[in-house]
Amino acid sequence: MKWEEYLVPSSLEEALAILKEHQGQARVIAGGTDLIIQLKKKEVTARCLVDITNLDELKGIELEDDFIRIGACVTHQELASSSLIREKAAVLAEGASQVGSPQIRNMGTVGGNIVNAQPAADTVVPLMALEAEVEVVSSDGIRREPLGGLCVGPGQCTVDATAEILTAVRFRALGPNQGSAFARLAKRKALSLPILNTAVVVTLNDGGDTFQEVRLAVGPVAPTPFRARKAEEALRGAAVEAQAIAAALELAAQEAQPRTNPVRGSEEYRREMVKVLLRRSIERAVQAARGS
Amino acid sequence: MTTQTLTMKLNGEEVTVQVKPSAMLVEVLRDQLELTGTKVACGEGECGSCTVLLDGRPVNSCLVPALKAQGREVLTVEGLASPGELHPLQKAFVEHGAVQCGYCTPGMLMSAKALLDQNPNPTEEEVRVAISGNLCRCTGYAKIVEAILDAGTHEVER
Repeated sequence: MKWEEYLVPSSLEEALAILKEHQGQARVIAGGTDLIIQLKKKEVTARCLVDITNLDELKGIELEDDFIRIGACVTHQELASSSLIREKAAVLAEGASQVGSPQIRNMGTVGGNIVNAQPAADTVVPLMALEAEVEVVSSDGIRREPLGGLCVGPGQCTVDATAEILTAVRFRALGPNQGSAFARLAKRKALSLPILNTAVVVTLNDGGDTFQEVRLAVGPVAPTPFRARKAEEALRGAAVEAQAIAAALELAAQEAQPRTNPVRGSEEYRREMVKVLLRRSIERAVQAARGS
Repeated sequence: MTTQTLTMKLNGEEVTVQVKPSAMLVEVLRDQLELTGTKVACGEGECGSCTVLLDGRPVNSCLVPALKAQGREVLTVEGLASPGELHPLQKAFVEHGAVQCGYCTPGMLMSAKALLDQNPNPTEEEVRVAISGNLCRCTGYAKIVEAILDAGTHEVER
């Protein structure tokens, strides 16, 4: 059944009140670029849609102290073209610029990308490398938690879109000696789901020749985007040189759990490409860190 | 089913129409307002044939709930030409033979219009990115790209 009501609340309180009143029959809609397709295919049903894109609290990209706060309804286009994001979180601008097509990027939002919980979401993989946390509001109050725990399976997010609203995402802006980069493997340059996405954030020592910290986020080679923690650990304190990186990336390939897939390729190919894309991302992130 | 009231600025004129809450923008444009220039093919945001401009930005009108256009500006291909005169992009498409079967043309024009409004002198790469969400199944991209470059102030190298 198609939705019978389309409501556009003008405050967060009003939006939450509508959700509560409908007791699970109303659902939050942001850009709608994924949700409308799911509704058309009846993979998701709702009696009422609550459009949150007019809420001022959910707009804007701001630098607060050393943290960047992005409203959940910021679009991929806004992320990709934001000078603040390009400068202080390049990995996220690069990921956002790869989503779908210009038309999709003009409507789709970062909050929607998170709640839709696809295992390779182009903004979620970068946000995991940035160690982002999210802010979720319900009529019971506000909760903040790491983004990493939100996606629990393909399409499954712990944010309940019939009762809660993801309002913002927040992470520490990259500083001196830090650099980041995103890489994507897909069949075409546009309108193509990723075969593999990698997002890397590196922190180098003052000399620029040793890794202080490396964060490696990868999708979709497991049910959810994940951090290659063993490889990260292996690179901590390691020299910035090809042999150490190659050894660590062997660990990352073992941490990935790809399955042979007719669209995304064989298990062996995908495991190999985890190493290739991460290596390229690390190299670009190191360059960025040395130039920062 | 009850309807809801939608007021938007459509091709420069304020329009008010009663719409179903579940109506997509393209359905209201084509079926209620009889602006059939905007096409529908995939209905899933993959092909771009339904592209219209919402506040100047290209969107897939098959995925935009009509009520999202409330109080906003919508431009369709019907709003491109001025009375008796085609838009420079439309002229360029004709001159370059960029229209083959024609089905992708309205969407291509709208994506191109959004690009040239922001960037009147794009490079070929910028044109290709701008129309990357519009599929031409005649595969006539070369002439479309030439037409858009020509319509801008760019000198097409021949």
